[in-house]
Amino acid sequence: MRHALCLLTVLAACGHPPKKPPPEPKAPQLDLPEAWVDPTADVPAGTPRPVQDKRAAAVSAAAQPIAIKNATIWTATGKAIAGGTIVLRGGAIAAIGDAATHVPGDARVIDGTGKFVTPGLIDAHSHIGVYAAPSSAANDDGNESTAPVTAGARAQYGYWPQDPQISRAIAGGVTTAMILPGSANLVGGRGFTVAMRPGRTSDDVAFPGAPSVVKMACGENPKRVYGGRGGPATRMGEYAAFRTAFIEARGYLGKKVAYTRAREQWVKKRARAAELDAAVPAGKPKTKAEPAPEAPTVDEKLETLAGVLRGDVLVQVHCYKASDIREMIAIAEEFGFKIRSFHHALEAYKVRDLLVARDIAINTWSDWWGFKLEAFDGIPENAALFTQQGGRATIHSDSAIGIQRLNQDAAKAMASGRAAGIQITEDQALRWITANPAWVLGIDDVTGTLETGKRADVTLWSASPFSVYGRAEVVIAGGEVTYEREKGATPSDFELGNSAAERGTGVTR
Amino acid sequence: MRALHVIELGNSAAERGTGVTRWALYVTMMLAAAAAPARAETIAIVGGTVYVRADRKLENATVIVRDGKIAEVGAGVAVPAGATRIGAAGKVVTAGLIEAATQLGLIEVDLEASGNDGRFGNAEVHAAFRTADAYDGRSVAIPVARTGGVTSAITGPSGGLVAGQSAWVSLADGAAVPAPIRAIAAMNGELGRGAIPSGSRGRAVERMRELFDDVDLYRRNRASFDRNQSRRLAAGRLDLEALVPVLEGRVPFVIAANAEVDIRAALAVAAERRLAIAIVGGGEAWRLAKELAAAKVPVIVDPTDNIPRDLGALDVRDDNAALLAKAGVPVAISTIGRPSDVRTLRQMAGIAVANGLPWEKGLAAITSAPAQIFGAVGQRGTLDRGAAGDVVVWSGDPLELTTRAEVVIIGGAVQSLDTHQTRLRERYRNLPK
Repeated sequence: MRHALCLLTVLAACGHPPKKPPPEPKAPQLDLPEAWVDPTADVPAGTPRPVQDKRAAAVSAAAQPIAIKNATIWTATGKAIAGGTIVLRGGAIAAIGDAATHVPGDARVIDGTGKFVTPGLIDAHSHIGVYAAPSSAANDDGNESTAPVTAGARAQYGYWPQDPQISRAIAGGVTTAMILPGSANLVGGRGFTVAMRPGRTSDDVAFPGAPSVVKMACGENPKRVYGGRGGPATRMGEYAAFRTAFIEARGYLGKKVAYTRAREQWVKKRARAAELDAAVPAGKPKTKAEPAPEAPTVDEKLETLAGVLRGDVLVQVHCYKASDIREMIAIAEEFGFKIRSFHHALEAYKVRDLLVARDIAINTWSDWWGFKLEAFDGIPENAALFTQQGGRATIHSDSAIGIQRLNQDAAKAMASGRAAGIQITEDQALRWITANPAWVLGIDDVTGTLETGKRADVTLWSASPFSVYGRAEVVIAGGEVTYEREKGATPSDFELGNSAAERGTGVTR
Repeated sequence: MRALHVIELGNSAAERGTGVTRWALYVTMMLAAAAAPARAETIAIVGGTVYVRADRKLENATVIVRDGKIAEVGAGVAVPAGATRIGAAGKVVTAGLIEAATQLGLIEVDLEASGNDGRFGNAEVHAAFRTADAYDGRSVAIPVARTGGVTSAITGPSGGLVAGQSAWVSLADGAAVPAPIRAIAAMNGELGRGAIPSGSRGRAVERMRELFDDVDLYRRNRASFDRNQSRRLAAGRLDLEALVPVLEGRVPFVIAANAEVDIRAALAVAAERRLAIAIVGGGEAWRLAKELAAAKVPVIVDPTDNIPRDLGALDVRDDNAALLAKAGVPVAISTIGRPSDVRTLRQMAGIAVANGLPWEKGLAAITSAPAQIFGAVGQRGTLDRGAAGDVVVWSGDPLELTTRAEVVIIGGAVQSLDTHQTRLRERYRNLPK
């Protein structure tokens, strides 16, 4: 009869037993040592590339300073400046302010009259470079769909910095993207945060100092891929497999902790022995050397999962349905790790209270829905409702077409919210594609807003970026001009002399 | 009584009863105001900026819709007594938008077999397939498409050399699914690697020629075919029969082709057989703009298609529509994709305009141009007197992202803009404490 009563109050969101958000998770007692001793001292596991400082210039700090004058500047900090000036120098924002802002004599001055300046756009979910164009098995490096947990895989390993899709994304005003493994696997591997520009190898485009991220997926995809080959074949199997993986990771972490402790003891003992031996007269017997404890074998898969348990790796989870979102949160809380954000999250609006209480962000679209059953309940007010709740939403693309127009998608989501009476400001909508994805990627301290000292990641628009007619005119990443409409997009190596490429790379000037 | 599950919200059966009579009565009462389909009546849309056609703008004009058709349009037109008056001061009024190439009502949920019809992979010829026989006019995606100001659609099968017959359907809400505007709008076909199982584009063209040879033979020798006095023909009887009107140029042949070489082949086959063709997709069509214009062959494009995905068709660019229009090719714009995305049709036109297509051509590409391709000049896609009463009142520029379709009128009736999605939004607007 409860349901019968519900019929009378459909509009009051009945039909759901009242649920209090569960209390904040208690981390399991891992008893981690303060100083971490890596078992393979020479090859630091988990960091196949040296980690750069976030503020290390990704590009030449010697690039010519740039000043954009007399533009409408949207900072994504809540502040808009009419007739404003922004000065970029040494890869960073040197000054931002009104018409009186000092412009250095050596700067290239761009007239922003009638134009708009925003932070460079950030896509929290892209597969360009790993699902490269032309689409073919040869370029299909996005899903290591050989086992449900391939946590040791890394998008960086598969990233092709000459993918023709990259220049098109840049021409859409994008300066940063998180390149993720696909969603075939429960744990697909680590993502790769890219400062968007052409390069020879992935080293040229790695966003300096970006934290490590891992991609997980729940729901229809993993069971569709593995249902016929050993499982998981159901959501039951998926969450069981997540638990199995993290139980294994906890065991692995335990071995590493035990090793670290043993090694600490061994080092102490050795030092003490050395002291004692120093006092032993020459010719007398010295302390017998104890063998060093044996280090556990490094396992790349478990390194990633242990990194999740230690909180070193930002967790990004592909989930559509409210029920799946809840189950993933339960896994995270059982094993004491934080989920940074859910991706797609079309039903986040149904459980926005649970997500916001835990400071978990969502990355979603304005109006994609209905292409699969778990996307059936997508609504265009998802981002707006989540924002109204106080949550961090981003508009992401998951598409080489969509990444070219993140601004348009944000505009649509804003308009849908407003039409439903949810007041979303332009600044909030801009944050969906700048400051909020910067937080999701863990780089909001250096990019995502226009503030003095932040990276010079800036896009100049011909008109409001929330107009369908607004086009990116100049895109600057880390102080380097990566796109100028006047000159056209940079053709990739693949496109050189290969028809469209040299004549325009498909992007209208 | 039983509970209304989320999947049922605004999803046809649900609103009409979840199969339970009491609920049906209840919903009828509760939603009468918002969701009940309006009867055709006299409607006066007063004081808007009216685009009679994309290139004919009237300021402060009135549109009278009566008996399902445009009765009057102009500045200073009197509002008939008893007419429902819709104030449109500061608003923009256009003909309802027409989606020229979709699978709305055929594909309900892309990945679900039970929600799929008319998708034939590369199986070669099923000309006899009639969308009108498979079309689900209760699709949950139809009300969503309406919220984007789309009032009718040409929906049809895909896959194979000849996929089958599309239908032109009205997206009107109502107690009964509206009869198709045209039960047979066009024949859908394809050239290129996907057209036949071998994946050979050259072989596909050869098969296309063979097919029309045999349609011709069949047409002239039906009696001997029936007496089994015919060589083996390239398709079965029903398929051959369905292709006769195509061969005779009475039904347009809409050929999906992206590569220049495939479009060139389509033009050649059309010229040999005097077929009335249109190209859909047409990624590299801009390279043949002159030839397409000379042959008066329209192209239905997706203006976002600028990724060199196909090694056989790398020359795709986002000013395709602009270049084609400039050369004089009739251009329609389509979402050519998931039926759930049909509401974004006007954004597609806006994107083409941002990439160089004149605004008027952008609006025409989603109104009068599809009407012209499918043989309804002046009857749909315009607000000319006598045209269908499909009208949209917009809060501003219809191609602009922040503009809303405020009033949607189809066949002279004001439509509900209630959808599965608006129902969900209201259910979850306030969360349980």
